[in-house]
Amino acid sequence: MTTTLEHPAYNFNVVRQFTVMTVIWGIFGTALGVLIAAQLIWPALNFETPWLTYSRLRPLHTNVVIFAFGTSALFATSYYVVQRTCKSVLFGGKLVAFTFWGWQAVIVLAIITLPMGYTSSKEYAELEWPIDILIAVVWISYAIVFFGTLVKRNTSHIYVANWFFGGFILTVAVLHIGNSMVIPVSMFKSYSIYSGAIDAMMQWWYGHNAVGFLLTAGFLGMMYYFVPKQAERPVYSYRLSIVHFWALISLYIWAGPHHLHYTALPDWAQSVGMVMSIVLFLPSWGGMINGIMTLSGAWHKLRYDPILRFLIVSLSFYGMSTFEGPMMAIKSVNALSHYTDWTIGHVHSGALGWVAMVTIGAMYHLIPVLFNQGRMYSTRLINVHFWLHTSGIVLYIVAMWISGVMQGLMWRAVNTDGTLTYSFVESLVASKPFYFMRFVGGVLVVIGFLLMAYNMYKTVYAKDNSLKPLEIS
Amino acid sequence: MITIDYGTLRGLVALLILALFIVIVVWSYSKKRKSAFDEAANSIFEEDTETELKHSDKNNKQETNNNV
Repeated sequence: MTTTLEHPAYNFNVVRQFTVMTVIWGIFGTALGVLIAAQLIWPALNFETPWLTYSRLRPLHTNVVIFAFGTSALFATSYYVVQRTCKSVLFGGKLVAFTFWGWQAVIVLAIITLPMGYTSSKEYAELEWPIDILIAVVWISYAIVFFGTLVKRNTSHIYVANWFFGGFILTVAVLHIGNSMVIPVSMFKSYSIYSGAIDAMMQWWYGHNAVGFLLTAGFLGMMYYFVPKQAERPVYSYRLSIVHFWALISLYIWAGPHHLHYTALPDWAQSVGMVMSIVLFLPSWGGMINGIMTLSGAWHKLRYDPILRFLIVSLSFYGMSTFEGPMMAIKSVNALSHYTDWTIGHVHSGALGWVAMVTIGAMYHLIPVLFNQGRMYSTRLINVHFWLHTSGIVLYIVAMWISGVMQGLMWRAVNTDGTLTYSFVESLVASKPFYFMRFVGGVLVVIGFLLMAYNMYKTVYAKDNSLKPLEIS
Repeated sequence: MITIDYGTLRGLVALLILALFIVIVVWSYSKKRKSAFDEAANSIFEEDTETELKHSDKNNKQETNNNV
């Protein structure tokens, strides 16, 4: 063991905790998704039990994958990256452990209250007001820990990944507190202080920026550290990363109204949302190109490194979703796509393709480092995971594209006398085979996560430094 | 006393933000900043703990692409 370390003893304990929970919540969240996907094919799977119904489990699925799986991964990687790039230990003392236990408590409360039917009915912000307050307290503690560490850093420059993490932490605090303003009427029931179209606009300002800042900026922070690290090459263009940051954060915040096309929201606001969403294509692709081109001159590494493959394919999915998104934000396209399965397909190419794959890649990089090993227990299993996950996503999004476009076309088809050509049930029957295809895709993703958990278990419990890095010529 | 109506003010703010963006682009692509940014890009390779692969510095210190 060579200890030529100049850095202080980092707080990796909290990083380990969040890393392990990321994998566990990943299994739980995707398995819940598979269950509700199965319910759409075999409705009897709710067993006539209220808390097993689709309506209650669907918000639980989204909360677990976004806030338990995704956000635990963000906690883990941001705490890891900020310490290593600033060469200083996490600020905040006991506050650090509080962010872990506090956040897990939020998730457990979600798992209890959502199936019981307690919901504010705001998408991705369903949790009732007492939990919202806990979220705000944990999140502000997170901000204190993260920015406190930046302040006491031992380097002069703040590495770009931290800019993205910082932007994400700050904005999510503002979004969550802004959208969760309610008047409680009892312990489990509250009403939004906003009314009508304003409430809808607040909700989608929050909702789209949960995508933009939590699921994009945060994970871009992850990308800017783990892609260069795994590729063993500096990022393609550091200058582009700066322009990328400012362009992305200044544009994303305006894109929310595209969720409210053809609603009571004023037309001008819808148009602003549409235009801003289209312009957003530029920084998104700038960032994607910056990530992928980091491999320039080292493409051969993709042949034998499945971890790098996860990271690079995640960027391809990111590019695909950020092309699809602006397109779907165009009002005439949205007229076809809105309220159909196309939206679900779009979300999952972003969530399973971009967010989950960059996370999985980062976790496979991180687990050996955190648990004193040279590599994961089995590189072969990582490769199997990669192919399971990728085929799962492809099955999922292709199914939803076909089903979604078909639904859109069937719903708006009219006879010459102006009556609707198809009933809703006819479109549902037409979608059924694709729901099965989606279910199969989801099962592949869950199997992949289970392999990951096994691989992680074997790595964590192996004797320190017993797994040597593979020599590749 | 000069008064600006709300619409004009918003237009000015938009222009100001556009100008700020151009300043950011010019600043980040200025020749002066290049070496500092190359250093920043390579900073993540500076410390390798005992648990990671040992790499020679040669492999890691690569210039970021000049053409961008």
